[in-house]
Amino acid sequence: MSEIGEHHGALAHHFEDLEQQRQSADLGMWIFLATEIMFFGALFAAYAVCRWMNPAGFSTGTSLLDVPLGTVNTAVLIGSSLTMVWAVQAGHRGDSRSIIRNLVGTLLLGSVFLVIKALEYSHKFHDGLVPGSLFTYGGEQAAGVEMFLCFYFVMTGLHALHMVIGFGLLVWLILLARRGRFTKEYSNPVEGVGLYWHFVDIVWIFLFPMLYLLEH
Amino acid sequence: MDETTNYRAQSVRIFLALMVLTAVTVAVSYVNLGALNLPVALLIACTKAGLVLVYFMHLKGNLRLLWIVAGSGFLFLAILITLTLSDYFTRQAVG
Repeated sequence: MSEIGEHHGALAHHFEDLEQQRQSADLGMWIFLATEIMFFGALFAAYAVCRWMNPAGFSTGTSLLDVPLGTVNTAVLIGSSLTMVWAVQAGHRGDSRSIIRNLVGTLLLGSVFLVIKALEYSHKFHDGLVPGSLFTYGGEQAAGVEMFLCFYFVMTGLHALHMVIGFGLLVWLILLARRGRFTKEYSNPVEGVGLYWHFVDIVWIFLFPMLYLLEH
Repeated sequence: MDETTNYRAQSVRIFLALMVLTAVTVAVSYVNLGALNLPVALLIACTKAGLVLVYFMHLKGNLRLLWIVAGSGFLFLAILITLTLSDYFTRQAVG
């Protein structure tokens, strides 16, 4: 048990020391992420089954998505993961200014991602490529395309929802950092949100090829 | 300061690797590889996910326990997908 640990204000009373507290926070976050793997995993499994039953329809549906926009968004999201890594590293140094700078960068890149996503959605609405009463696609594979678009909207929508929640967490971290709550010894929240943000990035890393690229 | 520079350099290298892999997966998608389309796309995606898990989420050098928790998530995902697909892939044989 370190000297700093015993007297540090950030140490909750039920932990032995700061290191144990940090490891517990990490472990809790990873357990949550394991449940998230199953959450998105069920959708990927359903997608695999429906695509297997409807190869032509899904392939046609894939070709209706905008590959350049999807590619740019992938790059933007990976970039936001890089600034998130830098924020976590700044946390380990206890450098509040650098934490804030990098979190703001992450927030900005995340916003670019969502703006592009919103643009894509509005194109789909405009082109009648939305499942339900707005659906006006008249091609041969209409039924398969509609099912594909259901998956497209649910999966990317759920992913976008995760990002919106991430925005809230980033703002919360920025406020904490401004109040000087993070030090060299304690920056667990930055680390936890970092894990979450990277996980959301990983989900997109699979969504992108499965929805935009496969047999397009 | 030296350690900081090292971390920074490493994270930039991983970032560049992820960008290159993104470019590769987009480029490859314009080539029809037939039955290999899906495996190739999945292989590249898994490699990218692996880089993020190991370096960005620093599983590297971290507690064994975290590897087990992360691994259990993917293990159960593999079970979910394998059992589901093995059902659908073998259905015609019964009818």
